[in-house]
Amino acid sequence: MTDTAIDRDTLLDIYTRTMRVARADEKFRSLLMTGKLAVIYYTVRGQELVSAAAMAALDPSDYLVTTYRGQHDQIAKGVPLNPLFAEIAGKVGGTCRGKGGSMHITHPETGVMVTTGVVGSGLPIANGLALSSQNRGDGRVTMVCFGDGATNIGAFHEAMNMAQLWKLPVIFLCQNNRYGEHTAFSDHTKVDSIVTRAAAYGMAGAKVDGNDAVAMYNTTKAAVDRARAGEGPTLIEAMCYRMMGHFFGSDFSYMPKEHLAEMTAEDPLPRLRQLMLDHQFTEAELDAIVADLDAQMDAAAEYAANSPLPGPEEIRKDVFEEEIAA
Amino acid sequence: MTQITMTQAINRAIDEAMAEDEGVILLGEDVAAKQGGGVFKISSGLTEKYGEHRIRATPISETAIVGACVGAALTGFRPIAEIMLMNFVTVAMDQIVNHAAKLRFMSGGQTNVPLVIRTTTGVGVGFGGQHSDMLEAWFAHVPGLKIVTPSNAADAQGLMRAAIACNDPVIFIENILCYGLKSDDPGPGHVVPLGQAAIAREGSDCTIVTYGRTVLDALEVAGKLAEEGISVEVVDLRTIAPYDEARITASVEKTGRAVVLHEAVKQYGTGAEIASRLNEKLFGKLKAPVTRIGGAFSAVPMANALEQAWIPNKDAIADAVRAAVNWKG
Repeated sequence: MTDTAIDRDTLLDIYTRTMRVARADEKFRSLLMTGKLAVIYYTVRGQELVSAAAMAALDPSDYLVTTYRGQHDQIAKGVPLNPLFAEIAGKVGGTCRGKGGSMHITHPETGVMVTTGVVGSGLPIANGLALSSQNRGDGRVTMVCFGDGATNIGAFHEAMNMAQLWKLPVIFLCQNNRYGEHTAFSDHTKVDSIVTRAAAYGMAGAKVDGNDAVAMYNTTKAAVDRARAGEGPTLIEAMCYRMMGHFFGSDFSYMPKEHLAEMTAEDPLPRLRQLMLDHQFTEAELDAIVADLDAQMDAAAEYAANSPLPGPEEIRKDVFEEEIAA
Repeated sequence: MTQITMTQAINRAIDEAMAEDEGVILLGEDVAAKQGGGVFKISSGLTEKYGEHRIRATPISETAIVGACVGAALTGFRPIAEIMLMNFVTVAMDQIVNHAAKLRFMSGGQTNVPLVIRTTTGVGVGFGGQHSDMLEAWFAHVPGLKIVTPSNAADAQGLMRAAIACNDPVIFIENILCYGLKSDDPGPGHVVPLGQAAIAREGSDCTIVTYGRTVLDALEVAGKLAEEGISVEVVDLRTIAPYDEARITASVEKTGRAVVLHEAVKQYGTGAEIASRLNEKLFGKLKAPVTRIGGAFSAVPMANALEQAWIPNKDAIADAVRAAVNWKG
């Protein structure tokens, strides 16, 4: 497969995953705006396609580790919407019984093993997941997602070195959204590209336009194939934009006008829709997919609203295997 | 009866667990055969039996070591992370405190981290301020972690088996000065359940609650005080957290007096928690205030003369017991 070629089934899969992420994010923001939800939420607007194309290249049984801005990764990986919505709302019907929230979504059935709220901490853990697959020979690969801001913490370097040393079946997906919290990439990192760091560990690296569905999918697929074949890890730097503030509702006036214009022009959603039309999908087909997803979002929001609040006994459970005495 | 050293005991426990379960792996600096089986030889002979994919010598990367063990544990492995010296756990605190300890809770019980972090330390070897600390109180303050330390070889073997079998993360603290201690060989398959203290010596006038190397000091002091007619009970916690409160409370209820002893710095140490809980449970039944003895409030010094002045001193332990017994209110 060349870098520009993709089959229609894969493209449709990427589109559906992308729009599931996009419609969920839209729904979360609407619930927050109308006061139906009052929680911390890190919007994924602008990064929908990166995850969708990356996760489409994984098998359902592959492992994923992501970060607090991770709803796109989780949804694209397949976490069901009802428990996801309920978890974000802090309800018992949530993936984690309301004890984790949006920053700690965990869903082993779909391979989502850890979502961490600490920048960079997922990388060493991903190595361990991959190590267990290597020892078991189960053929799974592990993907860990993180932002550009995570590449200057020690855990990144320790994990990259160890992964390459042991040729672990792991893919380091840096979603370079050009901001670490409020600090622009060029104000926190001297090199132009994160991917140049791969060479420092003797690791394969690839830089890709994360808003190009075909390139993003094919780049990830190549890394997945390498990992599955026992050829070791890859660092992928996927260029994208965080199209809103650090967390939902936060000011982002620190982003220069030119940056805002650039990211609006690069918005992955209209670009993907055009690509679909170019591949002879019809407006009606695409609209039907979105309408179906919106119905799922409404149902998930209702499920979350109706799910009970966790009781105080939950505090004594899951600290250890055995419950703490009251 | 044949005897076994603490080094041999820990090695045997790991060996047995590795033979039973492919998921038991050991990661740490210098641990494989090529590097000599670890700085303190705990993993001696294991690479030859189980291979380099299970005995993994790592780069000097404590965050990556513990993180990899956390990840492997999430899939059902039972990894052992060797952190060469206890001060180096500070480099991996995020993985231990924010991840190993909390993933079970934050996932609502969907995942768990059956991980053992083995580490060693100890005052009295002249290693100075960054190689000697007992940091158990830091971990005891974190919900989700269990903390274990053996005072003798047989317990070391049994506690290590229990720690590896535990479905939650366990910090297993060894003391450099105790590696050569010998016990009667408890034989293969020996397990000491977590959470159970041991009565190291029975007595009736005062309880010394302690753990790890200072159990030896307490026993020596108890022997000496017996000659003065003071009967000391020595309780070895073995599991520091969550500790065997029932056994401690029962002992102190019997003697009416308690001295809590540890090598770690006294201020804000685990002794404060134990003393406080004894006061809450036994106020009115105590014949003297519960007192604490611990290390001095400074970095551990290098010079042996200073180390000996820093460390809880046997005379001070004896004086604390005498003061409790002679307390007039």
